[in-house]
Amino acid sequence: MNKKDYLDYVSERSKKSRCLLNSIKAFFVGGLICALGQAFSDLYSHLGAEKSVASALASVSLIFLAGLLTGIGWFDVLAKFAGAGTLVPITGFANAVSSIAIESRSEGYVTGVCADMFKIAGPVIVFGTSLSVIYGIIYYFCI
Amino acid sequence: MAILQYQGCYISHTASTVGKIEAEGPLGTCFDLIERDPYFGEESWEKAESEMVHRTLNVLLKKAGKTPDDIDLILGGDLLNQCTASTFAVSELKIPFLGLYGACSTAAESLLIGSRFCCSGQTKRAIAFAGSHFCSSERQFRFPLEYGNQKTPTAQCTVTGAGAFLIDTEEDRGVEVCEGLVGRIVDNGVKDANNMGAAMATAAVDTILRYFDESGHKAEDFDCIVTGDLGAEGEEIAEVLLKKCGFDPQGRMTDCGMLIFDREKQDVNAGGSGCGCSATVTASYFYPKLRSGEIRDMLLIGTGALLSPRTVLQKESIPSVAHLVHLRRTQK
Repeated sequence: MNKKDYLDYVSERSKKSRCLLNSIKAFFVGGLICALGQAFSDLYSHLGAEKSVASALASVSLIFLAGLLTGIGWFDVLAKFAGAGTLVPITGFANAVSSIAIESRSEGYVTGVCADMFKIAGPVIVFGTSLSVIYGIIYYFCI
Repeated sequence: MAILQYQGCYISHTASTVGKIEAEGPLGTCFDLIERDPYFGEESWEKAESEMVHRTLNVLLKKAGKTPDDIDLILGGDLLNQCTASTFAVSELKIPFLGLYGACSTAAESLLIGSRFCCSGQTKRAIAFAGSHFCSSERQFRFPLEYGNQKTPTAQCTVTGAGAFLIDTEEDRGVEVCEGLVGRIVDNGVKDANNMGAAMATAAVDTILRYFDESGHKAEDFDCIVTGDLGAEGEEIAEVLLKKCGFDPQGRMTDCGMLIFDREKQDVNAGGSGCGCSATVTASYFYPKLRSGEIRDMLLIGTGALLSPRTVLQKESIPSVAHLVHLRRTQK
């Protein structure tokens, strides 16, 4: 059996992740997280915050909750069940930053926590800022 | 390379330490020490791993009634960069030390080399050991522990455990290392770090076929042919490939990664892996069976996937190796 045949054989026989079931779980948990975000936003609006401030506060609340759940060791359990449902909303970003920060304490605050904090979430920031610049240029010239 | 022949190399004592989920597995009652705190009372995962190896070595010395001065050589390793878990663990013992890296094959590798030293007559007693820790391995090779992600069904779970063997040229307590075969690197092109069983299976097959071709033995000559940590995926692939190559293992093959966990009840996907997997299972499950005479001849084929986090990111394949050790009961 040559390398290609072996790789074909391995790929054919290896069990795949249950894509449909995982997608359904992700859809519902992700939806619940977004509904929770909306509930926070409505609550803050009800308490007198302006719409833009209420939205920002809702994001902050979700980030806080994700950080808290990561710290007490519940987030990874939920994420194991929900997959992209917890990864795609802002909660995934908060978990990516806080989980590595927790572990990097052993290397100190500057060379550990601060240096490692964006190791996983870094690409999100790079792509997020780059795309916002491109969007800004398009907006300036075309709209 | 020809099969190495050893004479007068006995394994007089063994010791093992495991973590919580290993203790909850089917072999939970076999191990010497169980530590439910993953930190082992330390502040970091790396220190925890060192402490685990340190405790295992102390238990071994205590069981054997020896002091560090009685040991001429200690050799072993772990999965961390520069084998730091091992070097910190042995630093207080002041025994001449050889650090080894064979990934998950380190237990077999250290037994091979340690027995060679003892066989030469220049070393009376040597300790061979290997250890791995789930948390430090996740951190080094994958993601932080609390990072939320899903694993694929072919991924394996690194065993938190350390196993140590006292190789003795004077005290025959019924088990000897009689043969060894150094594995060749086999690169079958698998690049998926979540399917190390498939990466290592061909290395195991290569070593097994070389051994049986050269020795003239048959599978029936052994009570069990034990691979290190191929897991569910790798074990099945290895058996299929062996049969395709005309070698029938006669149902005698088993895998430490499959024995240490209950895959139905425990969340371990394709089974156990890591240096500690074959080290603890051999030291605490197979060694007592050899001593009691329940098994008389066994082959341990320690399998190692020699990947690094960098090579995985660079989309390189995973070179693998499998070292073989023949353990035999000496007393009739």
